[in-house]
Amino acid sequence: MHTVSRRDFVVVLTSAAGGLLLGCRMGDRSGAPPAAGAGSPPGFAPNAFIRIGTDGRITLVMNQIEMGQGMYTSMPMLLAEELEVGLDQVQLEHAPPNDKLYANPLIGFQVTGGSTSVRAMYTPLRTAGATARTMLVAAAARTWEVDPASCRAHQGVVTHAATGRTLSYGALADQAAKLPVPEKVALKDPKDFTLIGTPAKRLDTPDKVTGKAEFGIDVRLPGMKVATVAASPVLGGKVAGLDEAKAKAIPGVQQIVRLDDTVAVVADHMWAAKQGLAALAIRWDDGPNAKVSTSDVVQELDAASKQPGVVARKQGDAAAAIAGAAQKLEAVYQVPFLAHATMEPMNCTVHVRKDGCEVWTCSQVLSRAQATAAQVTGLPLEKVVVHNHLLGGGFGRRLEVDYVTQAVRIGKQVEGPVKVVWTREEDVQHDVYRPYYYDRIAAGLDARGKPVAWSHRLVGPSILARWAPPAFKDGIDGDAVDAAIHLIYDIPAIRVEYVRHEEPVLNTGFWRGVGPTHNVFVIESFIDELAAAAKTDPVAYRRALLGKAPRARAVLDLAAKQAGWERPLPAGSGRGVSLLYSGWDTYVAQVAEVEVSKAGEVRVHRIVCAVDCGTIVNPDIVKAQIEGGVVFGISGALWGEITLKNGRVEQSNFNNYRTLRMNETPTIEVHLVRNGEAPGGIGEPGTAVTAPALANAIFAATGKRIRRLPVKDQLRST
Amino acid sequence: MATLNINGRDVTVDVPADMPILWVLRDVVGLTGTKFGCGIAACGACTVHLDGQPTRSCVTPVSAAVGKRITTIEAIGETPAGKKVQQAWLDLEVVQCGYCQSGQIMAASALVAKTANPSDADIDAAMSGNICRCGTYVRIRAAIKQAARGPAVGKGA
Repeated sequence: MHTVSRRDFVVVLTSAAGGLLLGCRMGDRSGAPPAAGAGSPPGFAPNAFIRIGTDGRITLVMNQIEMGQGMYTSMPMLLAEELEVGLDQVQLEHAPPNDKLYANPLIGFQVTGGSTSVRAMYTPLRTAGATARTMLVAAAARTWEVDPASCRAHQGVVTHAATGRTLSYGALADQAAKLPVPEKVALKDPKDFTLIGTPAKRLDTPDKVTGKAEFGIDVRLPGMKVATVAASPVLGGKVAGLDEAKAKAIPGVQQIVRLDDTVAVVADHMWAAKQGLAALAIRWDDGPNAKVSTSDVVQELDAASKQPGVVARKQGDAAAAIAGAAQKLEAVYQVPFLAHATMEPMNCTVHVRKDGCEVWTCSQVLSRAQATAAQVTGLPLEKVVVHNHLLGGGFGRRLEVDYVTQAVRIGKQVEGPVKVVWTREEDVQHDVYRPYYYDRIAAGLDARGKPVAWSHRLVGPSILARWAPPAFKDGIDGDAVDAAIHLIYDIPAIRVEYVRHEEPVLNTGFWRGVGPTHNVFVIESFIDELAAAAKTDPVAYRRALLGKAPRARAVLDLAAKQAGWERPLPAGSGRGVSLLYSGWDTYVAQVAEVEVSKAGEVRVHRIVCAVDCGTIVNPDIVKAQIEGGVVFGISGALWGEITLKNGRVEQSNFNNYRTLRMNETPTIEVHLVRNGEAPGGIGEPGTAVTAPALANAIFAATGKRIRRLPVKDQLRST
Repeated sequence: MATLNINGRDVTVDVPADMPILWVLRDVVGLTGTKFGCGIAACGACTVHLDGQPTRSCVTPVSAAVGKRITTIEAIGETPAGKKVQQAWLDLEVVQCGYCQSGQIMAASALVAKTANPSDADIDAAMSGNICRCGTYVRIRAAIKQAARGPAVGKGA
């Protein structure tokens, strides 16, 4: 048992509806009226996350959003474990936008991303549950005039052990609401957990197999129109002209909305809107990026990489050690722009009125969706209501609100509600892309092949400087250098430099695996190069450098063992290993087994992952996240690439932005390490660890080192 | 005007003959379980059954459905194969974001309805047109095998 002070997490708030409401004290500490309590039925709402009606209905309000990563199961597991209710007893509700009540404590506002949810909410949600349970037990004890310690809560019922008397939470709700909030509450000892650590069934899935689940794109409102859009195909371009009459001649087309850089066709249904958009034959003034191609971008990055950067990690004198080393290796690594291609294309429904604005969408940053709608309409924040929905994929794409901003701009010109839906082509060509990164990396080896120094200079934009400016400190973007600065190998001299180079030709943002997806590819490929130069087995080479990193070494050993690392493979096949460690407090080792055909086609046969993410809330969801992350990583590593020609994105849909399919999917095995360490992140790691394992396996199979992603046709014999 | 048989019910809709079934279902009839993913039959999210045959509704005009039975995710659970597939999906926790799963389940149900014990090659052939960005393929394969175990569950949907 340990106790948590409510001062850390819970703040007393007054409720307009009467009764008592507590908020979770995170991020901004000023406190504010809770949005979740307004209009709720009478009963017990001890904090922003729990409502218990007098009818016994238990509602858990989900601050973290559900995009497939299992938050609508693992978050309620945390609450229900301490509240002492069964998962089958609770109803879930999307939290409304409110940074004061629903901020992610690791980031400071209401955001789901960066593999933070379980890490951030593990203690706050348990505390919220325990606080409510303590008050309900106190209410029962008071009713029976007994010591609360003689009562026990289980499955939503308080029992007085000595007399066998029981009271349900519903019956206790009103009385509990009148009690003082306990100063300290006891959290359960992990050995007493009945939910946390179990593969509890997901709560969001039954509606997802019957078509009932409502994603943002499924919103339907009385009188709603459907719009589809074309934004300038070149970033910075403007609308030069269009043929409005032709579009309006199409049955079902109602209105053309023309913004400076975007055109929307508003119609009775998407089919009419799509046809209308095509009929407009929009002419664009492409602006300053009209001639840009990918090669121009790479040229600039190459030039930037020759300049010194801001030192993000310094240990010893790497340059001198490399200069004096017995053997010196250096390489340039590159990773491309990537689109997210969530299965649900970007969409947002808005109804803008003079006195208010309503938004129906799906977002990883709900309070930002509200803020942008307020800004575009000029309405105060409280006049903007945002309804969140299930996300048909996030992967970082819905950490941006560009599609909300755009929909509100359009909605301002439309009478009544309008649902703005992007075509897949619009979605692929107007993404907020994973940046192109360009890295120079070097190392010095001693006479026995052991690394004596490591120097890594990475070049790319700062996403954080735009997305969360306070997080961009001292010229260093913590995401861009994540994993690079955590280099875990025992190397005496290490230097990591970051060269910030902003990209004027494409908007860039977070992509699954974020900074480490880029850095782990570079680091784990290059350490493989060192092993090859030292003529040492890649697992043994890494292992010898992990004397001070027992958790990393343990997952490496486990993955190698489960993969049968020593077992020979036929010619043309190979195994590659990679190791992930970063700011997520999670360690993953992966062994990939690939076969490369004579024609240079890569077939991934088997992926084995060993995962240590500390305390596990739901092991089945952890496994699913790794499986899915691996698939996402394979797609990106083998084929993922957004390229530019004349300022335009060349890819447009799944026919030319290739992603992994069923017939290309390897077997994926996930082995979990169980320990009592703090919970680590799990959504991102599976993706970040995959590309280097594949590249190293390709090297083992062919002797060809992949230093630029995607692999694509680099192995093709010409 | 066209009369369509959707999930066993006749529905008359006033839409252009070339309008894809997808948009008729979603924007006119109000059945939103069938999803828009690509619009070019490249991802399978929009899969429905036409007389039991898995069909990409985003490129199939409404005129092609007249006189045929349209079955969508909302009703596939009423078929023996669909019911088994949905249950296997839940038993094996296939679903993540869920957006593509309507199409996956429709494709899988058609396979299970006609193939008693689908091989890996059968599954590849039936399912490779359905993209899942969450990467649930490993579990989809396992769930199809579980759903199909035992005798064939009947023809058509």
